[in-house]
Amino acid sequence: MGTNDIFDILKTEFGDYILEYKDQQPVDPYILVNPDQLFDICHTLRDKEEFQFDYLMSLSGMDLGEKLGVVYHLYSMNHKHKVVLKVSVPKEDPKVPSVERIWRSADWHEREAYDLMGIHFEGHHNLIRILCPYDWEGHPLRKDYQAPEFYHGMEVS
Amino acid sequence: MGLLNRLDNPYEGGGIVLGTVEDLLNWGRSKSNWYLHFGLACCAIEFMAMNASHFDFMRFGTIPRTSPRQADFIMVTGTVTLKMAERIKILYEQMAEPKYVISVGSCSNCGGPYWEHGYHVLKGVDKIIPVDVYIPGCPPRPEAFEEGMIQLQKKISQQAIFNKRKKLAAEDKNQ
Repeated sequence: MGTNDIFDILKTEFGDYILEYKDQQPVDPYILVNPDQLFDICHTLRDKEEFQFDYLMSLSGMDLGEKLGVVYHLYSMNHKHKVVLKVSVPKEDPKVPSVERIWRSADWHEREAYDLMGIHFEGHHNLIRILCPYDWEGHPLRKDYQAPEFYHGMEVS
Repeated sequence: MGLLNRLDNPYEGGGIVLGTVEDLLNWGRSKSNWYLHFGLACCAIEFMAMNASHFDFMRFGTIPRTSPRQADFIMVTGTVTLKMAERIKILYEQMAEPKYVISVGSCSNCGGPYWEHGYHVLKGVDKIIPVDVYIPGCPPRPEAFEEGMIQLQKKISQQAIFNKRKKLAAEDKNQ
């Protein structure tokens, strides 16, 4: 099943929450969705008979300048098809529903995106830093990030 | 065949070797070093090759230890992140004196590829613990590890044990 077919089915089910379908070669076509209904959309993608996206290949955070984004790459072991989902949230209040309860592999991916990008995944059971030290300040992969001069008395750069 | 003949009579010459106790102790210390292996990144992969049969690191008298209490020197092989730097310091402090440090690879020598823009990397492990031997390379060849080990043995075998302060003071005067 192609991404445009998936888009059509989701559009009939969720209506305005499915924002747009984009196909710009050579990158994978993707579906932009509203973060408010993300959990239900992902649940449908996993459990609906014709989708069966049982494998979250990757979950990545993006800094889009004004906004932050999250990209979900999904794959179905049964149907051998894949889809790319994207959401974007404002930088001042970056809240995205967690999909950790749908795909367990999202657990550490979401912690990484939180650690490096500062995206808050609501509903995650243990959203703490995964790579940086727990008392690190800021989110290093944001484009406006300024590295501190010292960390625990050690010169950073 | 001269060597084999000598093995028949090892006490030829009365079995007396003249030397200083210090040389004997230093010889023992330098040829039997146990190390705390601290593999952090790709240098540790090279270090595994070093430990394997081709290069056979144990012929230098080294044995890998997992506890700092049993180690004579620590080999820091890889990128020292700021998070790990604090742990390295603790491990170094837990080691018993006399203790030595070998820093392996560009990353732990000076920060390596992260020397300017790595927000998370310590720019050289010598900023937190004193380093005795630096092994350059990214990562170094196993031969470079061997050379580093030989340099450390050389350093240990020249150290003063008795009257250390007197000797150091005399050296200062000479310089």
